[in-house]
Amino acid sequence: MKPFELIKVTNTKTALSHKKEQVQYIAGGTNLVDLMKKNIHLPDTLLDINDALIRHIDKKDNRIFIGAMVRNTEIATDKTVLKELPLLSKAVLAGASPQIRNMASTGGNILQRTRCPYFYDITTSCNKRIPGSGCSAYEGENRMSAVIGYSKDCVAVHPSDLCVAFVALDAQVHVIDTDHKKSIIPFQDFHRLPGNDPHLDNNLPEHALISFIEIPENPFARNCAYIKIRDRASYAFALVSVAAALHMQGDRIIDARLASGGVAHKPWRWLEAEEFLRGKNVSDLVFSQAADIIVGDLHPLAHNGFKSNMLKGAVETALAQCLVV
Amino acid sequence: MKKNTNFSRRFFLKTTGAFTLLASIPAVLKATYIQVKEFIVPSKRIVPLTVSVNKKAYQLDSDTRTTLLDLLRENLDLTGTKKGCDHGQCGACTVHVDGERVLSCLTLSAMLVGKEVTTIEGIADGDHLHPMQEAFISCDGFQCGYCTPGQIMSAIACVKEGHTHSVEDIKEYMSGNLCRCGAYNGIVESIQKVAAS
Ligand SMILES: Cc1cc2nc3c(=O)[nH]c(=O)nc-3n(C[C@H](O)[C@H](O)[C@H](O)COP(=O)(O)OP(=O)(O)OC[C@H]3O[C@@H](n4cnc5c(N)ncnc54)[C@H](O)[C@@H]3O)c2cc1C
Ligand code: SF4
Ligand code: FES
Ligand code: FES
Repeated sequence: MKPFELIKVTNTKTALSHKKEQVQYIAGGTNLVDLMKKNIHLPDTLLDINDALIRHIDKKDNRIFIGAMVRNTEIATDKTVLKELPLLSKAVLAGASPQIRNMASTGGNILQRTRCPYFYDITTSCNKRIPGSGCSAYEGENRMSAVIGYSKDCVAVHPSDLCVAFVALDAQVHVIDTDHKKSIIPFQDFHRLPGNDPHLDNNLPEHALISFIEIPENPFARNCAYIKIRDRASYAFALVSVAAALHMQGDRIIDARLASGGVAHKPWRWLEAEEFLRGKNVSDLVFSQAADIIVGDLHPLAHNGFKSNMLKGAVETALAQCLVV
Repeated sequence: MKKNTNFSRRFFLKTTGAFTLLASIPAVLKATYIQVKEFIVPSKRIVPLTVSVNKKAYQLDSDTRTTLLDLLRENLDLTGTKKGCDHGQCGACTVHVDGERVLSCLTLSAMLVGKEVTTIEGIADGDHLHPMQEAFISCDGFQCGYCTPGQIMSAIACVKEGHTHSVEDIKEYMSGNLCRCGAYNGIVESIQKVAAS
């Protein structure tokens, strides 16, 4: 690890005034400390932002606001979340381990970096780590890689579970940039596709802070599910995951949300399948047809063709589980 | 010709000048070397640190890079906490910070100001083992014992958090602690025993 200076900042103004290139924010440290140990991130200065940003969950005008420093465990166990946004709790509990969830912040979870094995191995080429060096995964070991939205310059997936629930629930990311200007980025536009500049994971302006996440009122609290398939039953990143939510009236689907992790460079919304489900009566056949629409869009790589069938099953299971209340 | 044994003024100036120059080269070289080294290997940042571990306050100077795990093992001689992977993937380094289980290998010591750390060395009451330690012994909750301090710290938190409703519940909430010996059944039994008492 490269030596660094550690500064505790107590407000966003001071945090944002350190605009130097090699400055990085640290929250829970569960991703950044690991990346520093591996010499992937080499900051000169770490700004500890734990006391500079909000660590509670608020409800105002039927919208829920989650501070960037709220820990993953706190989201999973919060009374308001459990009552109104249970999908968030389910997604969080499917991720990492209790110890990591106690440490991991909301902002850090959104900004965590990919788990592509080549990104972590500094002896290999990786466009995300060293722009222009080439992508080792595209024609290499790509079992865990993307099946949609990738480019030949990067086939990595975003590793978060929480973000899959955020994108499904139309969350918004509140941001403060280095000119102290506040703005809102819709969650769906927050993370990027790799294109030919995969070193950029997202559209957060350089050195900007995530201050909190806003989630609009929604009718999905009753019928929602999160299904995650991984190499072992717990404490592993997703091969594929599905967040599903239905707004039901009797047997009729008024509205639907479907999103996935483990499939793309960003948490992925399945808008066409959502549209298909709208207005239909629930049945195994309808769920299977929705899953077929999703699977029809996939372009698996040499080693991850298995993700298609896996995703089909996960979508059908998630939709069916929405109805188990 | 008369042999001149006296040194001329010019000779004196020349030689001393040369020696001074020679003597100064290493200093210049050394300074350059330090600058180059600083550029390639930046110098450590040592900061004064006050941490409270098992209700005892420690004051020491520490490199900002020191994780809580290394601080405990290398600086405070509290070697009960184990280093398995050093990357957040095994749970061997689990300790409590302000009563909650966390991974000490991903925690920077310098971020712990004002917090209370509890390690495996801090849970017994004098010679009386913690009930979870007793349970691990009576239920064969370990074989080689390497993962055990982390398992016990996690198990205490698991009971406190109330995740002991079923074997599945316990297994899910203990999934952050791996055991290469596969002592899982004994670990689950130990937790059930403590939860029931
Ligand atoms: C073994 C292991 C297994 C895991 N499994 C899962 C899993 O299954 N599912 C899952 O979703 N996650 C998983 N994780 C990832 C974990 O959830 C993330 O590491 C964690 O959420 C990151 O949060 P943090 O607060 O620790 O971030 P940090 O490590 O502190 O920061 C991460 C990045 O975000 C930046 N940052 C943090 N907060 C802000 C902010 N407010 N504004 C601007 N920048 C900010 C930092 O500069 C840094 O670049 C796992 C991690 C480990 C180690
Ligand atoms: S997939 Fe992306 S992260 Fe992985 S090696 Fe290729 S460029 Fe790097
Ligand atoms: S040593 Fe910390 S999790 Fe393995
Ligand atoms: S007892 Fe040997 S690793 Fe768990």
